[in-house]
Formats: sequence, C-alpha cells, structure tokens
Amino acid sequence: MAEIHLKNLAHSYASDPEHTTDYAIHEMTHVWEQGGAYALLGPSGCGKSTLLNIISGLVKPSHGSVMFDGVEVNNISTQDRNIAQVFQFPVIYDSMTVYDNLAFPLRNMKVLESEVDSKVREVADILDLGDILLRKANNLSADQKQKISMGRGLVRDDVSAILFDEPLTVIDPNLKWKLRRKLKQIHERYNITMVYVTHDQLEASTFADKIALMYEGKIVQFGTPRELFENPNHTFVGYFIGSPGMNLLKMQLSEKGAELGGVTFKLSLAQRMQLENTGTNNLTLGIRPEFVQLSATANDESLACTIQHTEDLGTYKIVTVLLGENSIKVRLDEEQHVPAGDAYMNFPSQWVRFYADEYLINSSEEETL
Amino acid sequence: MNKTQNNKAWFLVLPVFLLVAFSAIIPLMTVVNYSVQDIFDQNNAYFVGVEWYREILQDPRLQDSLLRQFMYSASVLSIEVPLGIAVALMMPTRGAMASLTLILLAVPLLIPWNVVGTIWQIFARADIGLLGYVVNGLGIDYNYANNPVDAWVTVVLMDVWHWTSLIALLCYSGLRAIPDAYYQAAQIDRASNWAIFKYIQLPKLKGVLIIGVLLRFMDSFMIYTEPFVLTGGGPGNSTTFLSQTLTKMAIGQFDIGPAAAFSIVYFLIVLLVSWLFFTSISQLDKDKSKGTNNES
Repeated sequence: MAEIHLKNLAHSYASDPEHTTDYAIHEMTHVWEQGGAYALLGPSGCGKSTLLNIISGLVKPSHGSVMFDGVEVNNISTQDRNIAQVFQFPVIYDSMTVYDNLAFPLRNMKVLESEVDSKVREVADILDLGDILLRKANNLSADQKQKISMGRGLVRDDVSAILFDEPLTVIDPNLKWKLRRKLKQIHERYNITMVYVTHDQLEASTFADKIALMYEGKIVQFGTPRELFENPNHTFVGYFIGSPGMNLLKMQLSEKGAELGGVTFKLSLAQRMQLENTGTNNLTLGIRPEFVQLSATANDESLACTIQHTEDLGTYKIVTVLLGENSIKVRLDEEQHVPAGDAYMNFPSQWVRFYADEYLINSSEEETL
Repeated sequence: MNKTQNNKAWFLVLPVFLLVAFSAIIPLMTVVNYSVQDIFDQNNAYFVGVEWYREILQDPRLQDSLLRQFMYSASVLSIEVPLGIAVALMMPTRGAMASLTLILLAVPLLIPWNVVGTIWQIFARADIGLLGYVVNGLGIDYNYANNPVDAWVTVVLMDVWHWTSLIALLCYSGLRAIPDAYYQAAQIDRASNWAIFKYIQLPKLKGVLIIGVLLRFMDSFMIYTEPFVLTGGGPGNSTTFLSQTLTKMAIGQFDIGPAAAFSIVYFLIVLLVSWLFFTSISQLDKDKSKGTNNES
C-alpha cells in the first residue's frame, strides 16, 4: 500500500522530443494518496493508459520521477514494484485452472501452499468464483475471466496499488454495474489505492472518490465528480463531463457587456474587471444545460431566444435553443413545460463560468475561500 | 417459393473428383493390386493374398531398417523441436536484425535435398572437408565413411541443420501472435522467465508445434535423398533407412509384389504415428486439467 507521487513527470515516445506535440504526457506533478479510489478519465488517445503504464513500470518515463511512499521507483522493475494491473482485455493463463490462475502470483513469490490456499479461497469468495475454482480458465465468459484478472491482483496482501485499464470494456452492460459494485466493495474492504482508467464518465464517477480528467497529455482537473460538474476549470472538462456537456459560448467584451454572437449578456462590474484583466481575446462563457432557465415571459435579465426542438429522453428533456448565432442545449425535468417558438432564457449568475484561453477565471468568491 | 432442382450442379464436382482419383486413389489402388499378386510377366500373374505381407514383416533386413528409421526420426525430433523453440525465443522481434535473422534461417530450407547431401558429404569429409578436418584436428577420430556412429551423427546433424529452421520459423510466428498484455500481466504477477515460457508461450505455441512435429515426423520418416547422397546407406547398412531399402527392393531387385506390400505397410505406419502424435498433443490439455483436479 502506498502513496504514489508523480514528480515533474513527462513522457515522450520519440527518442528526441522537440515540440510539445512529441509528448504523450506533458510535465505534471500529481499525488495519488494511499487508500484512495481514483479515476483517470479522458477521451481516447489523451495519454491515460500511458500514465498508468508508467506507474506500473511497463513504460519508463522519459522525464521526471515516480515515487512510491517517497521512494523513487523509476529504476525498479514492474515485478518489484509490487503493483497489480488489470487490462482492458482479460489476461488469463489458459492452460491453468481458475484456482491455479489465482494462485499464480503467490506461487511466483514462493508463498507457502497453505497460505496460498486460504488466500485464493478468500478472494474467490469475494469475486463469486468459488464454484468454478477447479474449472479450466479458458472456457469461461468474459466477465469471469476479467474477475480472475482482478483476483490475481487481490491475492497479494502487500500490493502497493491496483491499476485498472478500462477493465469493463468487454463486459456485457448488465454485468458492468455488478463488477463496478464489486470493485467498490473490494476497495472498502482492503483500503488499497486504486486508479481506474476509463473514458466513461459514469463509470468514473460511480467508482471514484476523485477524478483526474486528462486532456492532451495533461491532467486538466482533479476533483470530486461534483467539483468537475459544477466548477470545470477548463472548457474541455465542461464539454466532456455532463450529458450533454456544458454550453460554451465564445464572447467579446463591449461597452454594453459580453457579446455572444449577436446577443448581449450583461456583466457585473466585478466580472468586467476580471475579464479585462485577463489580457486575452479568447474568452468563453460556459453554463451547464441543467442550469439554464427557460420561460415564455421576459424579465430584466433575460435573453430572447428561439426554441428549435425538444428531445424527450423519458426521464428528462433536452431542448435545443437558438440564442443569437449560438445553439444552446437546455436540460429540463420531465414535467417542466417547454414554451413554443420564441422564448426567453436566463443564466443564473452563480452558474455562469468565464474562461480565458480555455482556463477558468476564478471568481472573487472562490479566491477568498 | 419453389426450390430449383438442378442436379447438373454435380458435374461441377467432377474435376475435383477426377483430380483426386488420378493423383491419389488410382495410384494407391495400383500398389494394393501389386501387393496381393505375384507377377512374372504380362500374362502370368497369380493371386497370392497376404503372402507378401507375411514375408516382408518377417524380413530381418526390413525390421532392422524400420528400427533405424524410428531411431532416426526420434533423434531428429528430440533435437529439432527444443532447439527450434529455443532459437525462436532468442530471435530479435523488430528492426533490421529481425529481417536478417528470418532470411538467414530460411536459407537452409531453400536448398534442394540432394544439394544438402552433397554439401555435407564434402563438408564432413575427414581429408578435405572443413568439419571433418577440424574434428580430426581436435584429436577426435572421425570418419563418416568408415565408422557407423560417425555416419549416424553426421546424418542427424545434417537433418538438424536443414530443418531446425522450419520449427524455429513456425514458433517465431506463434510467439509473435501473443498479445503484449500477456507479458505485461506476467511481469505484474512476478512470473519468472521460466514461468512465462511454461504458462504463456508454450501453451500458445501448441498449435504451431502440432504442425511442426507432424511435418518433421513425416518428412524424417520418409527421408531418402540426403542420407543416400551423404553415406549411400553405409557403412554397411548402418544408415540405410526405410525408403532406401524399399527403393532397392522395388527398382534394384524388381520385386514389385513385396515392394508394394511394403509400401502399404510403410504408409500405414506413417498414418498411425501421425495420428498418435496429433491426438496425444491435442489431448494434452485435458489430461493436465484432470491432474490438477486430483491434486486440489
């Protein structure tokens, strides 16, 4: 069990990286605390699997260091890092039985056979593999095979961390939640540091206490699922988290306020000062579809808009609204009435976020916190 | 909907049927035909039943060469298979070296069999051959033309040189087909190199090994050209294998009847042993799982 500290870590697959585009992982410093359940979330190709393989030692980072409990492990081989990793496709030793598969890591460590037996049975019990222990492993279903893969990580008491690389990709949807639940139980029971790589935000937020969201080789935000939802600190986080993602509107400052493609959004004095201080023209206004208010009647703050169409998803509705030149998604509860044709929308000020060069401008309230 | 009945389609099978008939069935039946008759000339043929079979099975010359044949195949297989696997494991996996190794390994396979025999005949000669000269220079008395043991060693060595590449190339392709994740998982499970070989590589090589062992068994069991060119079957009869004995009988002495009976027996032996190999290797897994069940 260990705290994993990535210190000034960067990685490039090119032997002689020159441009920032040569890097699969950009320089980062990050700490995974002992006993935490973390998700590493991001789209395909953002470097999350590379980062995981660096932690387990399968990939050697080109820059910076990986530390387990303060000890640098860069030059320690995967075998000796004492880490467990579960891969996207289940890896099982198909010439062995389920029992022998689970016992394999222990036997490699020359553990006494009596201890092996009790440990294997304990893990098989947790993973519901008890009644197939003596079967050959190669004829089992994908989820059983994946459970065996996980089991091989769990039989070792002293494992520093368990890393999951999209482990549920090949599992049937109806079994996914069961296995996820299992993982959660295992985490609670053994208090092992777990890092779970996925591109599925639902998977990430059900499994993890804290999510690290990766984009183009960088961890752009690290926080609880709620923090990522309410306060995305990068436009990509806003776009990636949520269903549908955050509405992101390019804006220009003018005398009257913020110009959002033909519509003027009024700014408070404080907001205006903040935006002017950024010194950039690349400004974005972001608001979650959940927080946009629609009504048929105008009020002081409201913006005139046109309803385009409504998708009823059974439990909620997604309304597409035309605001000036921008198309905005609004998420409404099932019972809420959708005005037809021309309507008015409000952006409640506590949910409006401003981004300069794609990064969140911290509002003054937060700075005082 | 009415299904169209058109039995003319059967004519389309005819070419294949003819091909198989002329290439396999008819020649084989001719041999069967000869094996049950005693033929003096075109007009004098007598049906003798299993007489020839009884005779050849009791012929000590044939029994001896059958025994030699089994010993030869066994020694060739027991050297080439482990060696081929070892070579495949040591081959580089990428880069220019990988291509170079593949080409070098393929070279012996491309050499015609009688050329291989000639190469070794000269290479191993005690007086002018590099190998023979060096071995004698080391103080070992070596002469494949006089000493049966030396002749045997040379013949086996020649086959190993010629055919280990085949096993190595087959295993190499088998090894390349193993996904990286298996090796990564094994590293994480702290498997030793031996354990990786035993539990990942070897099981995954099973398919190509079945093919390799079968091919090598059949080929070595029917070997003719190379030992014939190298030693001519000698000294004495020490490296005379089955097909050479058969050729002598059929062409040299023109004993068509016994030679035909012998051919049939030969064919059945190859078939039987190949079947035994195939079933035992493909059953290997089941036996193992039973073993483990009993243990735990």
